[in-house]
Amino acid sequence: MDKWECPCGYVYDPAEGDIDNGIDPGTAWEDLPESWVCPLCGAEQEYFEKVD
Amino acid sequence: MFTPIQIADDIYSVGCRDWDIRDFHGYYIHEGTTYNAFLVTGEKNILIDTVKANFADELLTNISRIMDPSKIDAVISNHTEMDHSGAIPRIMHRIGEKKPLYCSKMGAQNLKRHFHRDYNFQVMGSGDAVTIGNRTFSFLETRMLHWPDSMFTWLPDEKILFSSDAFGQHYAGDKCFDDEIGEQIMPHAKKYFANILLHFSPRVQALLADVAKLNLDIRMICPDHGIIWRKDPSKIITAYDRWSRQVPAKKVLVIFDSMWESTTKMARAVTSGIESEKVGVRLMNTRKWHRSDIMTEVLDAGAVAVGSPTLNNGIFPVIADVLTYIKGLRPQNKIAAAFGSYGWSGEAVKILTREFEEMKWEVVNPGVKVVYVPDEKDLVRCFDLGATLAKTLKQKLS
Repeated sequence: MDKWECPCGYVYDPAEGDIDNGIDPGTAWEDLPESWVCPLCGAEQEYFEKVD
Repeated sequence: MFTPIQIADDIYSVGCRDWDIRDFHGYYIHEGTTYNAFLVTGEKNILIDTVKANFADELLTNISRIMDPSKIDAVISNHTEMDHSGAIPRIMHRIGEKKPLYCSKMGAQNLKRHFHRDYNFQVMGSGDAVTIGNRTFSFLETRMLHWPDSMFTWLPDEKILFSSDAFGQHYAGDKCFDDEIGEQIMPHAKKYFANILLHFSPRVQALLADVAKLNLDIRMICPDHGIIWRKDPSKIITAYDRWSRQVPAKKVLVIFDSMWESTTKMARAVTSGIESEKVGVRLMNTRKWHRSDIMTEVLDAGAVAVGSPTLNNGIFPVIADVLTYIKGLRPQNKIAAAFGSYGWSGEAVKILTREFEEMKWEVVNPGVKVVYVPDEKDLVRCFDLGATLAKTLKQKLS
């Protein structure tokens, strides 16, 4: 599954999810709820870029 | 020129005081600020952070009172914001651009974006350490405290933490240490936290937990602004813990603006209602108080009442300014209510209430609207609104 990087440097790794914010490990980027934002800086998903 | 201050054996504070600055990117500074930079001398000489670009000459003069600036062997950039990185091009030019510039991964990216030059970046991550000459420097990334590049530099042998903007205060004076200034520094530290770091409170909590785990036995904290914490570094750490947990105080803040003094009358009645419940209160007119001073009061207010007249079917522009600012800093754990006078449609109270809900503040009352000028009965409704806010806060805190 693809990782996505926020402009602030945070990387969303589906293998890890974002447990602190209710995202289980194994959750693909595409399956994140719309309300999920960068846990570090608060940026919305549209600002993330796929990590090559 | 500024006489460098020795803060430990062969370690100096060489930054600059900006006595005159008042508008710091929209944050009002009553007593100026300092751009702290630190020179660690020994077998090798290391400069930690720099100053705003227009103070570069003064920084070089300060350094030259200790050593020839061109003999600096490396620079550490804890934070790339221009008030700390602005003099980096001058410094690198002076010392030689091939010399190492230590920073975080995001720091290297940001410095390239700021100065459009490729320095000899040595990227450091959390837990990395380097020995330069007779000294060891270790690093802790503190992303989003308060920029992506932010990091701390730790001298494990000397037990000195260089904390970039964290634990800083905008204050320029003749005092350089916590023990010299005493309690007088705390309002500046509080204002700094409220206006710069509140947004990142969960990160502050995580950082404090990480630092506690590292068991660093910190002897001194050197932030990039204001005084150095050497007598009791735990004082500011404890304050950061309290502020970042957003513990509500028994205090209600009333923020308002007015066109023809009707909302002013309402605000004063709301204030009286709060006082009748023996709860602390602060009344702030948004055209008399700067948004950054209002924000400082928001930090620990347990409840907030906002009053706005309706102008052109919206809230008053100055109130919108202050609310946008408050909302961006994400204060939590508040009780709130709105009030305002209007002439015909009266949308302001509804709009303010929606703003509170978006900030996840607990709205205790649908708000009080008064057409044109409040009469005695209207003012009693405002008084009751204040009393309700105060009572609800007391219940919450009991």
